[in-house]
Amino acid sequence: MNLGPHATFILAAYGAAALALLSLVLWVWIDYRAQRRALDALDAQGITRRSARAETGR
Amino acid sequence: MPLIDLANPHRFLALARWLVPVFALLAAVLLVAGFALGFRAPPDYQQGDTVRIMYVHVPAAWLALGIYVMLAVAALGTLVWRHPLADVAAKAAAPIGAVFCLICLVTGALWGRPMWGAYWVWDARLTSMLVLFLLYLGILALWRAIEDPGTAGRAAAVLALVGVVNVPIVKFSVDWWNTLHQPAAVFRLDGPAIHPSLLWPLLTCALGFLALVLALHLAAMRNEILRRRVRTLRLLATAEAR
Repeated sequence: MNLGPHATFILAAYGAAALALLSLVLWVWIDYRAQRRALDALDAQGITRRSARAETGR
Repeated sequence: MPLIDLANPHRFLALARWLVPVFALLAAVLLVAGFALGFRAPPDYQQGDTVRIMYVHVPAAWLALGIYVMLAVAALGTLVWRHPLADVAAKAAAPIGAVFCLICLVTGALWGRPMWGAYWVWDARLTSMLVLFLLYLGILALWRAIEDPGTAGRAAAVLALVGVVNVPIVKFSVDWWNTLHQPAAVFRLDGPAIHPSLLWPLLTCALGFLALVLALHLAAMRNEILRRRVRTLRLLATAEAR
């Protein structure tokens, strides 16, 4: 596809937007993994919410 | 479902679990369709192919403003109604709004250079958009600077509400002052001033980006709820160890 004489600007705009959005998606996903890991580690140490303790009798 | 029911984190997490993939899928479909339509549309009679930057720039601008309005409503929820999820929603929205504001500024600069001969001019629209970006950064800085989430939430809510005055300035800057930036072309009392061949791809892309924002916001809110749960459990463990 021919984007004319200003193709560099058009491609740079789309590239910058894609990079920013990809970073945002990646950050949300990495943050989710980190929080889940932290919760699992606490759970493994027997540190759980009161509601969970009532359910398991711990 | 009444809004207060979502105050229960369990209910919110259950809802987010199926809404996040639904919005993500919707975003992918709409963005692919929108860009396919946009790149097949004829070039603008004045701007040529650079008009295609509009399919990213304009939705990013709309969403940067829309997310800020949502953030201000959440700030009211924190300060007035003390809804438990209000500052979670605000904290999750701030980085997303900041990224869309940055995309708007960067793509605007890359559109401005071939059309105006300059990446940046200090006109009212561009400057007020830069102020919006700085407001987002200020809110993010407050969240990071104050350790207690409750105190940070209230401080960020006050800044968000003060900053909301900038939203109508951004919107009407092109009407109130002489600007290099063009006036509104879609949301006008006399109807859109864009040819349908360019308007439909723009609206499709805007809906796609909106779906992406909803997916990201729900996912970020879920992360924030989990982060607070981790914090509470660590405090509990420390108290029990004493």
